[in-house]
Amino acid sequence: MNPRFLSALVALLLVSLLGGCVAPKTVDYAAFKQARPRTILVLPPLNESPDIKATYSLLSQVTFPLAEAGYYVMPVALVDETFQQNGLNTPTDIHNASPAKLKEIFGADAALYITVTQYGTQYRVISSATIVTASAKLVDLKTGTALWTGSATASSEEGNNNGGGGLVGALITAAVKQIINSANDVSHPIAGITSQRLLSAGHPAGLLYGPRSPKYGTD
Amino acid sequence: MGKKFGLLRYIATVVAGGALLAGCAPQAKTLYQWEGYQPQVYQYFNGEAKEAQVEALEADLQKIKATNRAAPPGYHAHLGMLYGSLGKDDQMVQQFQTEKALFPESTAYMDFLLSNAHKGIKQ
Repeated sequence: MNPRFLSALVALLLVSLLGGCVAPKTVDYAAFKQARPRTILVLPPLNESPDIKATYSLLSQVTFPLAEAGYYVMPVALVDETFQQNGLNTPTDIHNASPAKLKEIFGADAALYITVTQYGTQYRVISSATIVTASAKLVDLKTGTALWTGSATASSEEGNNNGGGGLVGALITAAVKQIINSANDVSHPIAGITSQRLLSAGHPAGLLYGPRSPKYGTD
Repeated sequence: MGKKFGLLRYIATVVAGGALLAGCAPQAKTLYQWEGYQPQVYQYFNGEAKEAQVEALEADLQKIKATNRAAPPGYHAHLGMLYGSLGKDDQMVQQFQTEKALFPESTAYMDFLLSNAHKGIKQ
């Protein structure tokens, strides 16, 4: 075991002592802060759920949190068209493209690789829950290094179980009630909440604010 | 038609919910006026009629102009793509130029698209 690792371990232990039972989220933002990305290219998400709607449901809702965090977000539908025209027809093909190639075509500073692991409704005896879970990795397209990773989940049931759930709960409940009366995808509004939790800046372990935000450089 | 109203109602709910959420944090104004950009992108991916999308985005653009706030990143580029797919190349070029002017960070990609358009390689 090298001394550097050992001292990091000791530091971690100390922090965890200070923090009591709460395991601290230690995120290393050094590479992120050094890279200072301005523009983000969001690749169509990989979908590991059984529902084929997952990729484009989430992709259509990533721009809001990222742009409000202060980044320029490459227009997602247009980017998807450009991939198709270049023979990259699936999220897997696209995720396998080299960072250098992505940089050449789009001129973006960083790319966001998202994977949807859960998307849909689990039918249970007592109550059914619609859950969307996704993880993301932000990669510097100049160097190919990872700048940040995160994951988030949202469920239609989180507002109901704990008797309240605050505004987010109310939002989910309301959104889902609306959807039940229509023929639309019940998971889509849940994916919107997952996207906000995953990609908003200004919360622990979240993305840093980008250059277009007044809060840029404060985190 | 019922499907369309369902979606509209859903959008209204999400927007209202977002307004509620934004309401609890004082002065938490968004950087951009979003209107229907994300729902329109979703419509695009669902293969809805492009003429209707152009109409909705243009109508929202009037609302954005009326409040003097900024359209979100990608809004004009998305609209330009729709014009391009309808064969309205002049309007496509104009929208790509607007995106570039509002967001200079988009220059490389917009120039790439414009050069393709001039070569006639668009769909």
